[in-house]
Amino acid sequence: MAQVFHRSINWVAKLSILLLLALAGLFLAILLNINRLDYVSHVGLAKDQPVPFSHKHHVTGMGIDCRYCHTSVEESAFAGIPPVETCMSCHSLVWTEAPLLEPVRAAWRDEVPLQWTRIHDLPDFVYFRHDIHVAKGVGCTSCHGPVDQMPLMYKENTLNMEWCLECHREPERQIRPRDQVFDVTWSPPADQERAGARLVEEYDVQVSQLTDCSVCHL
Amino acid sequence: MTTLTGIDPAVATPGPGSRKQLDLEGLRAQLAGRGGKAYWRSLEELSGSDEFRQLLEREFPENASEWEDGVSRRNFLKLMGASLAFGGLSGCTIQPEEKIVPWVRAPENVLPGRPLMYATAASLSGVGVGVLAETHMGRPTLLEGNGDHPSGAGGAHPSVQASILGLYDPDRSQTVKNAGRISTWGSFVEALSGELEMQRSRNGRGLRLLTGPVTSPTLGAQVRDLLLQMPDARWHQYDPCRGDGVLQGARQAFGDNLGTCYDMSRAGVVLSLDADIFFQGAASTRYAAEFMKRRTEGLHGDGTSVSNRLYVVESSPSSTGSVADHRLALDKGSIEAFAAALAARLGIEARYEGGMPVFEDRAGWVEAVAADLEAHRGAGVVIAGPEQSAALHALVHAINHALGNAGRTVHHTDPVDAEAVDHFDSLAELTRHMEAGEVESLVILGGNPVYDAPGDLDFASALEAVPFRAHLGPYEDETAYLCHWHVPESHFLEAWSDVRCYDGTVSIVQPLIKPLYPSRSAHEVLAVMSGKSGKPVRDLLREHWAGSPVFEGRDFEHEWQRALHDGSIAGSALPRREVSLLGELRLPGAFGRSLDPEEGLELSLRADPFLGAGAQANNGWLQETPRPITQLTWDNAALLSPATAQRLGVDNEQVLTITVDGRSLSLPAWIVPGQAPGVVTVHLGGGRRRGGRVADGTGGDAGPLRTTADPWSTTRVAIARTFDRRSLACTQDHQAMEGRGLVRRGDLDHYRESPHFAHEDYGHQIPEDLTLYDEFDYKAPNQWGMVIDLTACMGCNACSVACQAENNIPVVGKEQVLNAREMSWIRIDRYYTDLDDPEILHQPIPCQQCENAPCELVCPVTATSHSEEGLNDMVYNRCVGTRYCANNCPYKVRRFNFLQYADRETETSKMVRNPDVTVRARGVMEKCTYCVQRINSARVAAKKENGEGRVGGDAVRTACQQACPTGAIAFGNLTDDESEVSRLKRSPLNYGILTELNTRPRTTYLARVRNPNPRIG
Repeated sequence: MAQVFHRSINWVAKLSILLLLALAGLFLAILLNINRLDYVSHVGLAKDQPVPFSHKHHVTGMGIDCRYCHTSVEESAFAGIPPVETCMSCHSLVWTEAPLLEPVRAAWRDEVPLQWTRIHDLPDFVYFRHDIHVAKGVGCTSCHGPVDQMPLMYKENTLNMEWCLECHREPERQIRPRDQVFDVTWSPPADQERAGARLVEEYDVQVSQLTDCSVCHL
Repeated sequence: MTTLTGIDPAVATPGPGSRKQLDLEGLRAQLAGRGGKAYWRSLEELSGSDEFRQLLEREFPENASEWEDGVSRRNFLKLMGASLAFGGLSGCTIQPEEKIVPWVRAPENVLPGRPLMYATAASLSGVGVGVLAETHMGRPTLLEGNGDHPSGAGGAHPSVQASILGLYDPDRSQTVKNAGRISTWGSFVEALSGELEMQRSRNGRGLRLLTGPVTSPTLGAQVRDLLLQMPDARWHQYDPCRGDGVLQGARQAFGDNLGTCYDMSRAGVVLSLDADIFFQGAASTRYAAEFMKRRTEGLHGDGTSVSNRLYVVESSPSSTGSVADHRLALDKGSIEAFAAALAARLGIEARYEGGMPVFEDRAGWVEAVAADLEAHRGAGVVIAGPEQSAALHALVHAINHALGNAGRTVHHTDPVDAEAVDHFDSLAELTRHMEAGEVESLVILGGNPVYDAPGDLDFASALEAVPFRAHLGPYEDETAYLCHWHVPESHFLEAWSDVRCYDGTVSIVQPLIKPLYPSRSAHEVLAVMSGKSGKPVRDLLREHWAGSPVFEGRDFEHEWQRALHDGSIAGSALPRREVSLLGELRLPGAFGRSLDPEEGLELSLRADPFLGAGAQANNGWLQETPRPITQLTWDNAALLSPATAQRLGVDNEQVLTITVDGRSLSLPAWIVPGQAPGVVTVHLGGGRRRGGRVADGTGGDAGPLRTTADPWSTTRVAIARTFDRRSLACTQDHQAMEGRGLVRRGDLDHYRESPHFAHEDYGHQIPEDLTLYDEFDYKAPNQWGMVIDLTACMGCNACSVACQAENNIPVVGKEQVLNAREMSWIRIDRYYTDLDDPEILHQPIPCQQCENAPCELVCPVTATSHSEEGLNDMVYNRCVGTRYCANNCPYKVRRFNFLQYADRETETSKMVRNPDVTVRARGVMEKCTYCVQRINSARVAAKKENGEGRVGGDAVRTACQQACPTGAIAFGNLTDDESEVSRLKRSPLNYGILTELNTRPRTTYLARVRNPNPRIG
């Protein structure tokens, strides 16, 4: 029987094999990178909140320290979201009629708490602790970004595991002196690598232990 | 009368899938042929049955990984193939949006993310037990023993720990009901007040109050106040677990109702007559701690001495019996005969109306025990179990007084009850009155007599003759069903109250959470009844105690706060009483009548070790925790000795029909080495009809076999065999290990002669550090390790329950347990040495945290790997469920979530979970982590203090260690030479199991040392 396909058609078969491989590679690449997409990680996305609270105004404008509201950041795993009482300590005196603040006043009046939408939300199997990071010289802005420049809160970093590990493997790239942890204007000095390494030494950071699984996953 | 009817089981063919029949005679011959001591875990292992081999060689029994439901696997795959494929992608969802809800006004002292501990009190049969409750943002999640409370040294009974699950039980009754229809508290109050108005005009002639045992001084005062208003009303108390022999015996001996407590820390010799002193009752944790402290301090101290000895005579093997230096299995009559012989040998005069009982003393027990007790005058304790007869209790009092123990190691006080009564008589009287139509209104505060009343009282039909019936209880149970009104009762973590513990010390029960449902406490109902409602219970308590002499001369406000903080009111223990014996004892004719060794049968009824008489039957943690010794979960069984089984021709799991006075119960048989010959033991608490979805249909109800005259045992029993078999979910053969010298023991003398017997006696030494892999450098400042002392372990499973609560371990149900899929991270292996008179040993096996862990090498995704601190980490979110690790674990300590066991639907079930531990999903492996969440908290605290994060040697306590009543578990930092764990690891008794595999486990064991009396042969 004569051949169905002529030899000159062979390139189609070869091409289709190549195409298949390329497709498989593309599929893999998509799979590996899908979690890096801002669309998935919500980086840069400001979400609806009951009140359009501006960190920029309160931090840069008023000069309020992070710990005025996030009170437990030095003692607990959870930094703390301020109770309505904290808002009202000022807003019972200033902007008392502002329509934007009506939800806050209503919460205070009716004793029904505000429901904020979480921006920095780690998966439930990750046990992050603010207190130890703060104590070891990891500044607020290292993870949360330029909060002082954010009119509405958004996520600066992906909070993916690879991002956590960047610092857990080489903490010297991020560590700053303890007294500057809450300084939102801090930026790494030119010799950060050297200064950071000195601080790692000084603060006794057990670097090799930072990549033990049970440090974060319990 | 004893009859035996039925069909020859040799003819009866076992159904498909059932076990092969055991050849007990062959096993006995096999044991006799062996030289030296051999340890085995179950009859199946001893017989080398195929089932056991399979369990040994496979991690899970064959077909365990198959779907088990009506649809066949093939069909299922055909139908569900596609949806399964997509189901696998369910892990790839985008994270759902979550809310943060801060307070409006933040409460003081609450730091989000940090738990708080509060002192409060639980109760066992009405008697208080001090506990510390861990709360996370107002949500209690864990109960621990309160080490500062007289009822214990920090350990906690499994039932007490598990009672927190009862708070969140979705089957709790959630609304007031009237004739089965939803009603309100207001309408109930109206109806009750109307009823009481009518009764008040007649001095309460037709009013009856039925409560459980009341030790609460405030509640007692409330009831007395009500009875003052209505002098003709009657108060009855009934607790199905109560042994009335205790009070009756005290009356016979001293002429007064007395409570008795013991000082084990000063006891050199302890003789228990069927008393499970270390496990049963509200004082057990204290006694166990004191006894074991005295024992292990000498043993692991500088010299090797043991300054106490425990003799146990019992009918069914118990936790206490398993740590005894000498154990004798006897039926009830023989126990009494033994006591009589002992009393006679000690020169105690007593008149035996049926003649002096005969005790056949083959091993020379009487002489040996008597001599030992005499050598320890004033430092001995003789205890009779609460289920024993009044006469035996009286005789035991006489023995303690003759030996000068009273006032030194044995103390008498007034009873801790607000009003001491004989409970079974009290219930019988109430039933009589109800039957006679004298009862017009009955208010039942707690308890479930319709289910747990003895069978010879027809409580249910008598109840139906009462025109007004109201019930307060946590569940809409059997009793609630027969009452006009049902009011949900608050859990003890939801309501204020007070309670006395075993020595009379009062604890204030403080609530830790607002009632989940509109429930009420007995205080509130009584306040309505006495027309004094409207006041919060806390104020009632404060008023009661403000006027109490305990607080006299002290600032009440300050002392009240201190009592709340400490968990007990200082100085409120009942004063000790000096009492003297009435004179010559008279013991009834039936006393000490032993069973006929050829023909005799005794039915012994006992409270379930965990469920009591069924009040906690809806508690999944307790149902699924293996009972001490029998290792049975879920169902109860008819326990009998190998010899009795042979005599009756009964095989394991063969259903028996047990008949007492025409009332019968069908239960599968379970052969227990160490059970007294002729005695069939059945635990109460099974066969609930309206107990909730966990309790209903589990086990059989032995309540109808009880009689008011002797609720605990009878010889008027007939046992018939049937063709049926019913599988029992016994966990002993699951996760079986194979190896050399897993469990090691020696006598004290042997230990003195060759201190290293734990190594020398058990095979050759293995050359260390033979490995192809690079050594891992454990250089972190903390190195964790654990030592478990087999001398102190009594197999009570307090550790398993604590682990379950701390680590969010799910309950899987009976069918899954039958498939060896139970999830408990700690299993306690039980070992026997003999069929008829075994020594019983327990060995808790959590993850051994190997330094060279076999599991790590085979994980394809590195979901289990090493931490620098020596922990074998398990990363749930990384696990893909190949189960290779479990297959490669020689200790078989890994547990796999075959199905979605953790309840993700029920809101209240989520509330009990520890937020610091991941809730595992289907398809994920899990195992003991040394409570790594506690380690991390301690390390973070240490890092903030000292930089590198070195944690103090004994600073971290694991949940199992915290809960252990005997202090058998030591855990800590091995880099600290002074830590308890380092000290114990240096002991010559310290050995690791399966070290021949070069796993280098971080968990090791201390070989058991016993202190036997050389005069008992």
